[in-house]
Amino acid sequence: MSKGFVAINVERCKGCAFCVEFCPTHVLALSSAFNSKGYHPPHVVASDKCSGCDLCGMYCPDFAIYGARYAR
Amino acid sequence: MSEQLLEVECEIPEGSFNPVEPFLRMDRIPHIWCAGCGIGTTVNCFTRALLESKANLDKVAIVSGIGCTGRVAGYARLDSFHTTHGRAIPFATGLKLANPELQVVVYSGDGDLFAIGGNHFIHAARRNMDIKVICVNNLTYAMTGGQTAPTTPSHVISATAPYGVFEPAFNLVQLADACGASYVARWTTFHVKQLARSMEEVLKKKGFGFIEIVSPCPTLYQRRNKMGDGLDTMKYYKQASKIRHGAPTGECSLTKSGEIVVGKFIDRERPDYYELLQAQMHESLGDRYAEPEVGCSEC
Ligand code: SF4
Ligand code: SF4
Repeated sequence: MSKGFVAINVERCKGCAFCVEFCPTHVLALSSAFNSKGYHPPHVVASDKCSGCDLCGMYCPDFAIYGARYAR
Repeated sequence: MSEQLLEVECEIPEGSFNPVEPFLRMDRIPHIWCAGCGIGTTVNCFTRALLESKANLDKVAIVSGIGCTGRVAGYARLDSFHTTHGRAIPFATGLKLANPELQVVVYSGDGDLFAIGGNHFIHAARRNMDIKVICVNNLTYAMTGGQTAPTTPSHVISATAPYGVFEPAFNLVQLADACGASYVARWTTFHVKQLARSMEEVLKKKGFGFIEIVSPCPTLYQRRNKMGDGLDTMKYYKQASKIRHGAPTGECSLTKSGEIVVGKFIDRERPDYYELLQAQMHESLGDRYAEPEVGCSEC
């Protein structure tokens, strides 16, 4: 199991793709689906690689994503 | 579709939340900033810095002027003050002098702080007023339509320079340094970790602290100059930035598409305005000087 998880609020996303580009382990990709504003939000393509580092959360200008570590 | 977390691939523990949310007025989110605008990224870094510095949030006040970045005061769930154009620093100065125990942070854009409010900036730095100024520099007047600002680099096309800007721009870190700021740093929105650490450092530093954050405005700056979108700009920042702590600020001018020197340039000790005021009054008035009663009667 992965060390961390990433949570996405798809409706708040404006599709800038900062999180997709700068996730160090390439957990994310832009989805082909639209949200109700017409943007393509990211989705998780490699959940097992997420370290929960929250870099995606720091980059996201729309406060639409964050990562965290699982409590063990 | 209502707001919800649609993520199915990750198991999200109950009770987890985005660490930025406790710092935001959530009833005002989503915000007005464009897709790919960097201002929200700087807000993330600022909230991480507040968390790490363990600041007493009841004693932190944010003061903004007018402009896209000026909106930060409206979104931050802190005591915040959205002032008139260019006047964030004088309002912040009053706030700090009336209540010295407040941590006063000015959060505004380059147009507001260096054009309309340029005079206030140089004098607050000269006096070493104990306030922290965070400037999101998108190199243009964004909210009013992308006109040439005092920070717009040469050769850039703007709404008021259709054939290219030819007037020299301010180098903000050099200006802050020359005016005597105690702390001067520059980062871009690509440098989220370094920026958060720098913000934490400046919050702990006494005196006038200044952080410039170079940030994309894809709508009005990059688009007009065919520089792509927010992500393209972030990739440019990544590729073109050089970290040079302590670099002479005079060598750190920003250009249209050249190198961006980032880092902490100045970290020096100087007595701040309030200390100087008290020292002078003690010297001149001796026992006749009574230190003013400060603070808010309600706290
Ligand atoms: S928390 Fe870190 S590893 Fe996980 S998706 Fe976000 S950036 Fe990638
Ligand atoms: S106009 Fe520019 S600075 Fe203003 S919100 Fe849009 S991208 Fe950001």
